[in-house]
Amino acid sequence: MGRAKLPRKSTNIDMTAMCDVAFLLLSFFILATKTKPPEAVAVLPPSSVSTRVAKEEAIMVTLTKDGKVFLMLGDKAHKDAIIEDINSSRQLNLTPAEMAKLKKLDFIGVPLNMLKGSLDLSEPIKPENMPGIPCGDSTNNELVDWVRSVSNSYKGESLENLNLCVKGDNLAKYPAYKNIKSAFKKNDIFKFKVVTNPEGVPADSELARNPPAPAK
Amino acid sequence: MAEMDTSSGGGHKKGPGVKKAKKMSTRVDLTPMVDLGFLLITFFVFTTTMSQPTAMAMNEPKDDPDNQLKVKNSGVMTLLLGKDDQVYYYYGELVDPNTQFKGSNFKEIRQLIADKRNATPMGDLMYIIKADKESTFKNAIDILDEMTISNVPPGHYAEVDMSEGEAKLIKMTEDANGIK
Repeated sequence: MGRAKLPRKSTNIDMTAMCDVAFLLLSFFILATKTKPPEAVAVLPPSSVSTRVAKEEAIMVTLTKDGKVFLMLGDKAHKDAIIEDINSSRQLNLTPAEMAKLKKLDFIGVPLNMLKGSLDLSEPIKPENMPGIPCGDSTNNELVDWVRSVSNSYKGESLENLNLCVKGDNLAKYPAYKNIKSAFKKNDIFKFKVVTNPEGVPADSELARNPPAPAK
Repeated sequence: MAEMDTSSGGGHKKGPGVKKAKKMSTRVDLTPMVDLGFLLITFFVFTTTMSQPTAMAMNEPKDDPDNQLKVKNSGVMTLLLGKDDQVYYYYGELVDPNTQFKGSNFKEIRQLIADKRNATPMGDLMYIIKADKESTFKNAIDILDEMTISNVPPGHYAEVDMSEGEAKLIKMTEDANGIK
């Protein structure tokens, strides 16, 4: 009896298509990933169940774990006005070149009396060596001046547009945060946001049983 | 007639002894390239954190000493944030620290907050949060988050400065419990 012979098939598969797919996916992921905006210093914010997404254009006050305060003027539309305001209100006497330099900075982390000097340096100070904006008790709270300039730059506009955020490190001490809050309050700003990491709502909690209506 | 070889270079007539160059296959084995591609994809997928930071809205009250909110003693629970993620609490007014002042932590406090919420008429309910100078930013945010988790409506909790007596009490308790 003659057995039907199966034709031997080649085990080679054409890999071109698979290769195309792999690299297509790769390029998609690389291009679709947003890179983090530059940060003054690494800060690990606490987590909360809040689902509101933090807007990127924000006046961000960063509090590091050793209590240093940095200010990021992320609101490009008002940045120039804020810097001009602080220059005139605190008589910093910055030259136009220094002003231009200051406007280009991503974040501010030196006291006002050091600001002019630090702008003249050829090598900028490294963020980790910056002393931070003084934000102590009422006697030495320069953040108050900065926030005043921020709120001045919003004159005529509703303060609702002001997106003021505090981003603090888990390990920052509470009094440092309180000083930041009091700097806001002194300028009659009572609404601000705290940047947090998202966290799931714990099961078996009131919130999980009665979720609130989604925010408009 | 003489013929001219029009074909350029390489077009030499091969003699009988010259072998023809073997035609190479243009097919390349793409398997390693696919491997590499997927390896990179996996790497990027695993190293990318998808976290979009969220924002927690804060509404601070205006400091107004003439217009202080009066709350009923029976509806008040005071939460004190101490060192090392400790939470202390008492109900109503602190009269006798030995019996009223109790220690807890962030795990247990959720149940206590919910119990108080369920036991108190909503109109009387008030949580007073006082943070010690040794507590961290994380504690302050976490306790506000606990309020959200327990569905305590805004306006029924407030951050208040700690009195000296309470700070001392926390210090004593911490010393007694050996919390550094």
